[in-house]
Amino acid sequence: MGVSNDYRCSPTPALRADPPHKGEGGVLALFLRDIRLNIRAGGGALTGVIFFLAVIATIPFGVGPDLKLLARIGPAILWIGALLSCLLGLDRLFQADREDGSLDLLVLGNDRHMLALTVLTKCLAHWAGSVLPLVIAAPLLGLFMNMEPAAIGATALTLLVGTPAITFIGAAGAAVAVALPRGGLLISVLVLPLTIPVLIFGVSASYGATANPAPFLQPFLILAALTLFLAVLGPVSAALALRHGTD
Amino acid sequence: MRLIAENLGGERGGDTVFSGIGFALRDGQALVVTGPNGSGKSTLLRVIAGLLPVAEGSVRIEDGGEAFPSIASACHYLGHHNAMKTALSVTENLRFWRDFNGDGHIGVEAALETVGLGSIGHLPFGYLSTGQRRRAAIAKLLVSHRPLWLLDEPTAGLDKASEGRFAALMTRHCEEGGMIIAATHLPLGLDKAEELRMGLPSPLWGGSIREAERGGGLE
Repeated sequence: MGVSNDYRCSPTPALRADPPHKGEGGVLALFLRDIRLNIRAGGGALTGVIFFLAVIATIPFGVGPDLKLLARIGPAILWIGALLSCLLGLDRLFQADREDGSLDLLVLGNDRHMLALTVLTKCLAHWAGSVLPLVIAAPLLGLFMNMEPAAIGATALTLLVGTPAITFIGAAGAAVAVALPRGGLLISVLVLPLTIPVLIFGVSASYGATANPAPFLQPFLILAALTLFLAVLGPVSAALALRHGTD
Repeated sequence: MRLIAENLGGERGGDTVFSGIGFALRDGQALVVTGPNGSGKSTLLRVIAGLLPVAEGSVRIEDGGEAFPSIASACHYLGHHNAMKTALSVTENLRFWRDFNGDGHIGVEAALETVGLGSIGHLPFGYLSTGQRRRAAIAKLLVSHRPLWLLDEPTAGLDKASEGRFAALMTRHCEEGGMIIAATHLPLGLDKAEELRMGLPSPLWGGSIREAERGGGLE
């Protein structure tokens, strides 16, 4: 065992020899850990995609074989399906860490990595692990809705830009409900009204790409602005809730 | 570096659990917090770490320098939970905490060797027994350097040999100038440690239970 504070390299070559930096290295480690947990069994990376598939696949049966109507409502249905699938895994965002005691240590790390930054990292990992697959699956599901290639492309692009906003708002909801044993429903109720602007601008930008008089760029830029705005507001409020929610 | 608590009080759900706790720790000193169940040992540790608000009085760190401006930045907190992911291997878990906490101290493999888990670092944490999990959590204390260890029932689930090894680790930590506050009701094997006896249990516990405990009826 080392007696000094120097970092001792272990003989195993897999270990890094240089001491990790105080800033980005730790946050990157958190990102990689959460991605890894998401992919491994029980992470639930596929749950959202399966649910998304189930929602979109049932719509044509409900609406009927009116191809024009399906193509017209396609972007909206894709967006609603993605929104609901996003909410599905949010309750585990902090709860899993709370149950095994990791959350305490993440909160204690506040002086090294600002808690809001830690939360932002967890959000990004959650988005990359659980929500990005939805965005990738969206073009395929767009075919179910008889959408044109341009509409499919536009919807996938707006989903790519808009869904992080849902995760950031969801993080605030998840932080508030972290101590509740069945907080999933509460998170959905808390978060859903706040995601309405994201949904509205996401869908209107998707329509703007195909319907001629409607603009694409303006709602798309507002969507991007919403995501950037919530990338700050969501993690900061989630960090506040987590700090005061420890017991 | 010094850790000073003055007239410290803590509460849970609006009820005062303890009050008027005062102590001062210097480099190399250890404090063992004892007391019956419900006397507020865990609450005290969480208040010191800053995970629970201070109800009255104050607790602070002095001469921590730039590296350790606050108690949270200077401490390892080992609570009831081990803060490890069951889906990741023991080595992955430790490597994550080393990278996240920074201030790398000894290597992950060396730390596992030290707690006697050298050969099972590749196993998922979920496969380990209770005692092995605790030892892996103890290895977490070693992979990054923190001068202050806050330990809540650190030897829960450990066998005799591991207890002895952990006592040696704690002694070494103190000799290197570290500080330890450990809540326990088992003897930890720290010879030079001061003892802080927490007072009467909170009203949540009835008198009969207290009597039974005193007579060795429980546990």
